Parts: sequence; C-alpha cells; structure tokens
Amino acid sequence: MAAPLHIAGIRKVFGKGDKAVEVLKRINIDVAPGEFLILVGPSGCGKSTLLNIIAGLEEPTEGELRINGKNVIGMAPAQRDIAMVFQSYALYPTMSVADNIGFALEMRKVPKDVRTKRIHEVAAMLQIEHLLDRRPAQLSGGQRQRVAMGRALARDPQLFLFDEPLSNLDAKLRVEMRAEIKRLHLVSGITTVYVTHDQIEAMTLGSRIAVMKDGILQQIGTPDEIYRLPANTYVAGFIGSPTMNFITGTASSTGATSLFSFEGGSLQLPSPVQGKVTLGQRPEHIHLSDDASWRGQVTLVEPTGADTYVVVKTGVGLITVRTPPSTQVKVGDTVGMTVSSHHNNWFDAQSSLRLS
Amino acid sequence: MNAKNLSRLAVYSVLLIAAFFFLVPLYVMLVTSLKDGAQIRAGNLLSLPTSLNVDAWALAWSSACTGVDCRGLKPFFWNSVSMAVPAVLISTTIGAINGYVLSMWKFRGSDLLFGFMLFGVFMPFQVVLLPMSQVLGFLRLSSSITGLVMVHSLAGMAGTTLFFRNYYTAIPRELVNAARMDGAGFWRIFYRIVIPMSTPILMVTLIWQFTNIWNDFLFGVAFSGADSKPITVGLNNMANTTSSVKNYNVDMAAAIIAGLPTMLVYVLAGQYFVKGLTAGAVKG
Repeated sequence: MAAPLHIAGIRKVFGKGDKAVEVLKRINIDVAPGEFLILVGPSGCGKSTLLNIIAGLEEPTEGELRINGKNVIGMAPAQRDIAMVFQSYALYPTMSVADNIGFALEMRKVPKDVRTKRIHEVAAMLQIEHLLDRRPAQLSGGQRQRVAMGRALARDPQLFLFDEPLSNLDAKLRVEMRAEIKRLHLVSGITTVYVTHDQIEAMTLGSRIAVMKDGILQQIGTPDEIYRLPANTYVAGFIGSPTMNFITGTASSTGATSLFSFEGGSLQLPSPVQGKVTLGQRPEHIHLSDDASWRGQVTLVEPTGADTYVVVKTGVGLITVRTPPSTQVKVGDTVGMTVSSHHNNWFDAQSSLRLS
Repeated sequence: MNAKNLSRLAVYSVLLIAAFFFLVPLYVMLVTSLKDGAQIRAGNLLSLPTSLNVDAWALAWSSACTGVDCRGLKPFFWNSVSMAVPAVLISTTIGAINGYVLSMWKFRGSDLLFGFMLFGVFMPFQVVLLPMSQVLGFLRLSSSITGLVMVHSLAGMAGTTLFFRNYYTAIPRELVNAARMDGAGFWRIFYRIVIPMSTPILMVTLIWQFTNIWNDFLFGVAFSGADSKPITVGLNNMANTTSSVKNYNVDMAAAIIAGLPTMLVYVLAGQYFVKGLTAGAVKG
C-alpha cells in the first residue's frame, strides 16, 4: 500500500537564544506514492534530522507533515505506520532473528500463527530462512543488513525510511545490497525515503533525488535532471565522480558564438549571458585534442579500467578529462583540450546559480 | 634460566605472597573454630586441629550468649536475611529504572539530577544518621527491619543508579528508537530490550549491594531495636559479651558464619558476571 508523503515548511531549530542553530530551513518536498526519494548531502546538512522528523523521533520546530494525507505532527513514531532501517541496524541483541523480525508484529498484537507465517514470508524474500534461530551477534554484516530490512518489511508499512543503511558494509557487499534494496522496492512498491551521503547510491537507487546543504534544499529532481541540469555549482560539484570541472571567465557576447575567455585560454561557446560567468563541464564532455589552443600539462593519469582520467594543470586550476583507456598520454605531456557546445553548464559567477 | 622465566618467577612470587597474606587469617579462623578450648590454650595458632570438633559452630549458631540471651547468632542471621534481600532487590530495581531514564529518556535537567545523585555516592553516611532517625521516627519505622530496609534501599540508590546509568549510556540510542518505531513503549522497551542486555551490570550491582548491606554495621547499630539487630551487630555483641573464659573457637565460627553469605553470593553470581557479557551485536 503506497502512500504519499507531504513535507511543507519544515523548520528545525536546536538550542535557544544565541546558541540556536537552524538545521532545517523551510523544507518543502512532496513524495508521490511508491516513489523512492533520496535525501543526499554532506554530513551536517540536516538530512538525518529530516528523516528523524518524518519518523517521529524528533519534532519539527515548525511545519507540516502528512503521510497519506493525514497530519502526523505530534503523533508517536509507532502510530505513523512507518518502518525504518538504521545505520547500525539496531537489531535487538538478545533476541533471535525471527523474534527481531516479528517484534513489531508482536507489539501490534498480531496472533502468533499469523506472525510466524509472516516472518517466514519475509525471510524467504530476503533469503535468510536458515538464519531465523540465530542471534544477531552470530551474523555477518550483510546478513544483519538483511535482517534489519526484514524487520522493516514484516509490517508492510505505508512508508520506508532508510538512514545510511549501507555505510557499514564493504564495497562489494554494498553494491550487492544496493541492488537488493532496489529489487525489494520494486516488489513491495512502498514509498521510500532514503538518506545517504554517497552520490552513487543516490544516482542508482532514487527515482528522485533531493540534494541538501546547510539545512536548505538545493535541488530536487530525477537523477538525470540532477546530473544534467544541476541548479547551482554546489549540486554540480556534489553529484558526479570525478567531479565537474569549473572554469570562471568572461563571456564577451551571447548567442551561438560568444568568446569565453579565462586565465590561460579561451573557447568559442554559446554563453547565455555576457560578463563574468562560470562554465561547468563534466570530464566526459572535455576532449583531448593536439591542435587545440587551450593547453595544459598532464599531472596525473588515472586508469579505472573502463575509462582513464587525465588530470591537466591549466591556468584555471586542475581540469579532469575522461579519455578512452587506449590513451597514450603520459604525465608531463603538454596537451590541448576542446569543449563542444553541448552539455555546457553555465552558472552566475557571483550567485553560483544556474543560468538557463 | 632466561629473563622471561625470571620475570615469571617474580610475578608468581608476588602473587603467592599476596594470596598467603589474605588466606592466612581465614585459615587461622577456620582451624581455630574447629579446635577445642584446651588445644587453643596450648598456643600454636597455625597448627591443625587434632580432631574435627564442630561444637563451636553449633554453639555459635544456636546457643552462644549475648548478654543474657543465649540463642546464638541464628536470630541475627535471619534478621540480616530479611533486611538484605528486600533492600538489595529494591535498590537494584530502583537503580535500573533510574539508570534507564537518565541515559535513554533524558529530560530537561536530567543531567543535573544525575549530578546530585552522584553526590550521594560520595556522601559519608554518618551525615544522615540523625535526620534519618527523625524520618524513621516520623514514619513509625524506628527499630524495625522495615526501617532498615528503607534506609539501605535509599543509601544504595545513588550507587546503583550510577552503575546502571553508565552501563546503559553505552547502549546505542538507535536501539531504543527502533523499538519505539516497532511500537514498544517505555516499560516494554525496558523489560524486553534493555533488561535482557543487563546481565553483567545486574550481577555486579547485586554482588555490590548484597556485600554492602550484609556487612553494614553503622546503620545496623544505629537504627535497629532489640529484635531487629543484623548479624554484624549480633556478632560484635556476642564477641564483646564477657564471661570467665574467652571462647575463641566460638567467636571464630560466628565470624565465619557472618561472612559466609557474601562469599556464597560471590561464588554464585560471579560466574554469571563472567559469562554474562552480552555479545556486542549492535554494530557490524
């Protein structure tokens, strides 16, 4: 049963008087039924606080919160029909896996036979049936993660909350569990809010991503929108790896052929405005070219297998260029770079905001 | 002999001397309690008893005289049991609940409150003797075992609260949050999640409280009446009752009887204390 989530004007202030800190500054987000929303941002951006407010573990200072149309402000966590997966998994250490999964059902006075049936269903879905009699201490990290998800799934809640659930796993397991979470979301169709600081998790899992910084929602959109049309230089730099290149310079005219000149080079590009602007260009949209006028010296060559990233020292700082692994460029070489007129991201040099 | 063996020898020597130092008095008490009067007067403190004579134990337990009352230690022993058992249970229960609240359900001023409680741990109990006797009188509990139970429960609360609070602070808050989301309330979280994780600290507190309360002399001598004296007071009175001959064997047997329950608690609960450490199952 998928439910919509409505977040409007949520503010959260910790402390009082001079020491008051506003960690959330009027957040507005609408999550459609069945959607997988990612809250992403650096630590301290307020994403976990927002999640705790949705969960009912913290109360907002101000604002409106509706789950399935019902106002839940002031309502106890248990009454909100939400399940949450915690970063530390928070499994009950003295209970068996089966009891962990069934605890919420027991608290809701579900009869024992129904409970047992449901525990086995969930365990089968997560392939942990053989672990039901064990204690959490006897499980590996990935197994604990599955039990934690089982505990959330057992109740068939209106809303799923995940608080950085994969950050305690090693890299390989993380990729595996990421796929697992995506699969479970497809199967269950339950509206999900997922907090992470990992932009790859954000891109791969989310149907929409909300990028936060300093308690402010920077941008919300589909992974494609966030990646292709970042609303400001912060979002542009946060999403994408290696990070986007930023070149600040002066555009001398607008239209199809303005001259964008900057320290150590110039490019013929269609700038939307004249004057001081910042060009954001992803590594895959810069190309090495021997006869280009914009030149620099190679300081680092990073092969990743599928691609090789070449870091070039230029007048505007280090520029990362994605090249095919067959590249012959070596550290110390002087190379030229070209930028096509597609995929340019223009930002106001002062406000850092996107220029259409 | 190499340096490693030499240092090992040194360590064992120190340990043996320490063990000897602590065990000799116990040995002397034990052998003396089993000797008869003639053998004791012969003088050799460390010699083994010529025959196993348990008369002194029987005497100490049921017919040694304290003043004109010749009922042995038995009534005092049962006084102590009926004082220590409820007092230990009450002070441990209150400490567990206090610790649970002060670590997981913090409220405005809860840290300050804990600070005041900490003060109670370091407060010398002599300070409360007079006000406490006033309170006991007001409650009509003077000279009663119930009064002693109350005094010990209150006096032990600060320490037990400190034990539990510090133990529970190490339990991650996420565990409580998870239980809240699962629908468990304050008490349910306490006895379904928190108490099952508390075995080690519960054992520590039980041993600590029982030893303290059983061995207490100050409150026992100050607040008890004729029929409610605990065993420590009884032992003191018995040993100080003057008669023509000093029955060392009876005094020694009585002292061992008085100390036996704390040793027993240590032996029984100590093993739980060691193996009861819950597996750290929270973090990966």
